Amino acid sequence: MIAALANPHVDFLALSPEIALTATIVLVLVADLILPERSTWQTSRIASLGTLVSLAFVAVLENHSAIHGLFGGAYAVDRYALALKGFFLVATYVTILISVDYIGEGDYYEGEFYFLLLCSVLGMTVMASARDLISLFVALETISIPTYVLAGFRKHDRRSNEAAIKYYLIGAISSAVMLYGMSMIFGLTGETKLSAIALKVSALPDSKVLAVAIFLSLLGFAFKVSAVPFHWWAPDTYEGAPTPVTAFLSVASKAGGFVAMLNIIFFGFGGKAGMWWLVIWVLAGLSMTLGNLTALKQTNIVRMLAYSSVAQGGFMLVPFAAYGIAQSHHQTDVARSAFQSVIVYLLVYGAMNLGAFACIIAVARRTKSGEITSFSGLFQHSPVITVLMSIFLASLAGIPPFAGWFAKFTMFRAAINAGGWAGVTIAIVAGVNSVIAAFYYLNVVRNMWFRPAADDAQPVQIPGALRAALVVCTGLVVAVGVYPSIFGDIADVATKTFG
Amino acid sequence: MAHGFDAWILTLTTFTPIVGLALVLLIPKVEEELIKLVTLLTTLVTLGFSLYVLKNFDFDHTAKLQFEVKKTWIEVINSNYHIGVDGISLPMLVLSAFITVLCVIYSWNHFPEPHNVKAFLALILLLEVGMNGTFIAQDLILFFIFFEIVLLPMYFMIGVWGGPNREYASIKFFLFTLFGSALMLLSFLAIFFKVKNGQGLHTFDIPELIAAGKGGITHGVQLIIFGGMFIGFAIKVPMFPFHTWLPDAHTEAPTVGSVLLAAILLKLGTYGFIRIALPILPEAAKSWAPWIGLLAVIGIIYGALGCLAQTDMKRLIAFSSVSHMGYVMLGIASLTSFGINAAVFGMVAHGLITGMLFFIAGSVQHTFHTREMSRLGGLLTQAPKMGWILGFCAMASLGLPGLAGFWGEFPAILSVFKPADGLSLPVFRTYMVIAAIGTVLAAGYLLWMLQKVAFGTPKDEWKDTHVHDVGPQEWMAWLPLLLLIVVLGVVPGLMFKTTDGAVKQMVDKAFPTKVEKGVAEKQPEAKSPAIYVKHLGR
Repeated sequence: MIAALANPHVDFLALSPEIALTATIVLVLVADLILPERSTWQTSRIASLGTLVSLAFVAVLENHSAIHGLFGGAYAVDRYALALKGFFLVATYVTILISVDYIGEGDYYEGEFYFLLLCSVLGMTVMASARDLISLFVALETISIPTYVLAGFRKHDRRSNEAAIKYYLIGAISSAVMLYGMSMIFGLTGETKLSAIALKVSALPDSKVLAVAIFLSLLGFAFKVSAVPFHWWAPDTYEGAPTPVTAFLSVASKAGGFVAMLNIIFFGFGGKAGMWWLVIWVLAGLSMTLGNLTALKQTNIVRMLAYSSVAQGGFMLVPFAAYGIAQSHHQTDVARSAFQSVIVYLLVYGAMNLGAFACIIAVARRTKSGEITSFSGLFQHSPVITVLMSIFLASLAGIPPFAGWFAKFTMFRAAINAGGWAGVTIAIVAGVNSVIAAFYYLNVVRNMWFRPAADDAQPVQIPGALRAALVVCTGLVVAVGVYPSIFGDIADVATKTFG
Repeated sequence: MAHGFDAWILTLTTFTPIVGLALVLLIPKVEEELIKLVTLLTTLVTLGFSLYVLKNFDFDHTAKLQFEVKKTWIEVINSNYHIGVDGISLPMLVLSAFITVLCVIYSWNHFPEPHNVKAFLALILLLEVGMNGTFIAQDLILFFIFFEIVLLPMYFMIGVWGGPNREYASIKFFLFTLFGSALMLLSFLAIFFKVKNGQGLHTFDIPELIAAGKGGITHGVQLIIFGGMFIGFAIKVPMFPFHTWLPDAHTEAPTVGSVLLAAILLKLGTYGFIRIALPILPEAAKSWAPWIGLLAVIGIIYGALGCLAQTDMKRLIAFSSVSHMGYVMLGIASLTSFGINAAVFGMVAHGLITGMLFFIAGSVQHTFHTREMSRLGGLLTQAPKMGWILGFCAMASLGLPGLAGFWGEFPAILSVFKPADGLSLPVFRTYMVIAAIGTVLAAGYLLWMLQKVAFGTPKDEWKDTHVHDVGPQEWMAWLPLLLLIVVLGVVPGLMFKTTDGAVKQMVDKAFPTKVEKGVAEKQPEAKSPAIYVKHLGR
């Protein structure tokens, strides 16, 4: 046992994406050290290249073999993990593209920015594979800690400092709560591996201790994914942080939290669904409703998207609740559709939200404002960016033929499939909420299209990197919306995972 | 399944506008004439494709899906790109392609502020994709996608080119419809999970769902599922009490937007009832029918009374839509092939007539810069041609025999005299009486409008204005509509022949009765009023 721990068998190919990332992180740091001040922008190149190399390794693994279980099953490199790694890396690549000009033009330390960003991404790729409480927790912290610093990257701005400190405190508290819950799980089962926990937990009688343990672990995640009522840090943090960081937080880092939840709930707590589904059900309903209602009143576009991301998080919680409802009735076929739904939603949400942020960054470069009214009359002088922004917003609202509809659809599908009063009610709540959401997304559209422009308004110039990011996001949003079978692979992943 | 060119024709009819749209987007904004030309050619080619469908349609087997294609689309959820037309969808498809061409012609030099020809025409093309697609979709998800595609272009059309209250009207239109379609989608999903097709698989395929019958769904659940669809479709129709978006949207929309809204978009709702809700959930439809009928007659009377309270000509026409769509829904609520045939006829007739009325309202607005009826008057002396056309359309709209409007309205009223078996006779006969009173009111408000706008002498403020009468552009856009109103009025069999087989098969499968069959057999000859009177006597 000890010998195996001290000298485990390591499959280096299976770890190649992470190794490539680590090497890139070191390279960025070294390059920042030796490059003269005026060439530090080169680090963004290194970072994006490294991300692509890592992505290439993911592609290699995808075609290589079926399932690698490493470290005694604590770390899995299966289709599911690879799909998510791919998603995280693409999202990172787009984030770097939208950061280049923003970071380059502002008064920022460029090398450190990409260094921290990639560290966080490393945590995400590990998270996709984590099948053990410890690796899960380590991955989650690796994701979070660099982002605390990133949120405060506008050092001389008090809002940015506020953003960082709030985010840090909440992160620390939620980690502590979660860890406490996990320790109780360990105490009850004597296991850290999720598959082993799943077996033991199902055999345990329903007890108050178990309920508290599960509840505390879930609470920690609720903070991480900013579910109502644990969401209040998000708007301040999102508004204060540099906009590319906000994009990253709202997409990749949130996805990290959801993947952690996916792992722990689907691979660990499934057997005791009766004890937790109601919690998730309530969180989902509250997040959707309050997130949307608060977003209605926002006048700052980043704050609006912050609340919208709270609401979208609520939509993503629906399949979890559906899974729980179905499991508590021993109705097993829902697991697949729910699992699939979370993944599809994450991927689609990533593409459309990053796209929206790319547009905001492009427009804000000229207007220097985050107010929704600063988008007024955009259509008259910058029609291209207006149409793109409208596409992303329509997609967020779930209007066909843009990808958002398919994400919402799979979510509805999981809820209706679970059935019962709980499934149908949450589906209807989600339905009503998508109408509310449409109102504030369209409010931006209305400003861009229907309102007159200011007299001195100049056309928005889009730099090359942002243009590339927009092309990637638009391509995904339209392609997935028109032909969702591109996601056929994901269905396959879910089938492989749940038989 | 269709082969060769026939397998492509419906896809071409639907997606040709996308090609045009791409071309339009590539042309620089300043090349307005070129943009107009490309758009016109695109819509003409699309119309050509739809006429090819019309020409090669097998009218002896209207119940059969023709030009059918079924390709895998979203495998995960077993949803297919399944398209085809039968006798019910064919007239709607052709109408849609036809009206779009006329709208482009009318737009030629009638672009509303803020002009922007490129964006306006691009949106019309996008709209056409959604409209044509809805009428050929044979898969619930495909239907849903097309049903939703029309939302954004119409939203922009109202919001950018609309009247003073356009922001309110456009978002109201959007949110109402979106709410309905969210519930509709949930209902589709519920059906998906409750019903299995011949191979024991869950499916979204409309013909398969109809063939599978209600599956094992209990009556209570059926009622709920139907309720979701009902709200989705009823908002689009719109039925009372979901109609409030319509007067606002119509009043604020630019002329072409109003025409498309009235002629095609409203029909997406009624079409949904006939294509999806009734045949897939017949038992629930039977339980819902008295309530649908009730809302329909309330809509007829309420819409008519609403008309009488208007001072704005365009708003009056909008309210008349609420009333007329009430007749269509009443025909559907009868659940007889007689009533549903009338409903489909009513859909087309209302599209032609109300579309035409909105064109005139647009031209009046263009000329006088007002639609307030108290300020208008004497159109017949100042612009006699337009005045006569208005009179003609008012007659058609109030259901004068010999014009198209009659064949939608009158049989729909008659159909509820003898609704499908199991529906309460006294209730439906009461509806019939109320609906008949509605026709009197219709005559009242339409003639009142005609009197206000066309009769009398011009008001002082316009006395010395030179008023531009119907010009070549308008003739080109309007003449086809006027001709069709007459042709369908004189030879209604053209339409009934097309729809009857498909309607009869649907009704026979969904609401089988002995008596009903007897009536249905004689339906094909239903061309003259005499036949209807004979049926009435049975």
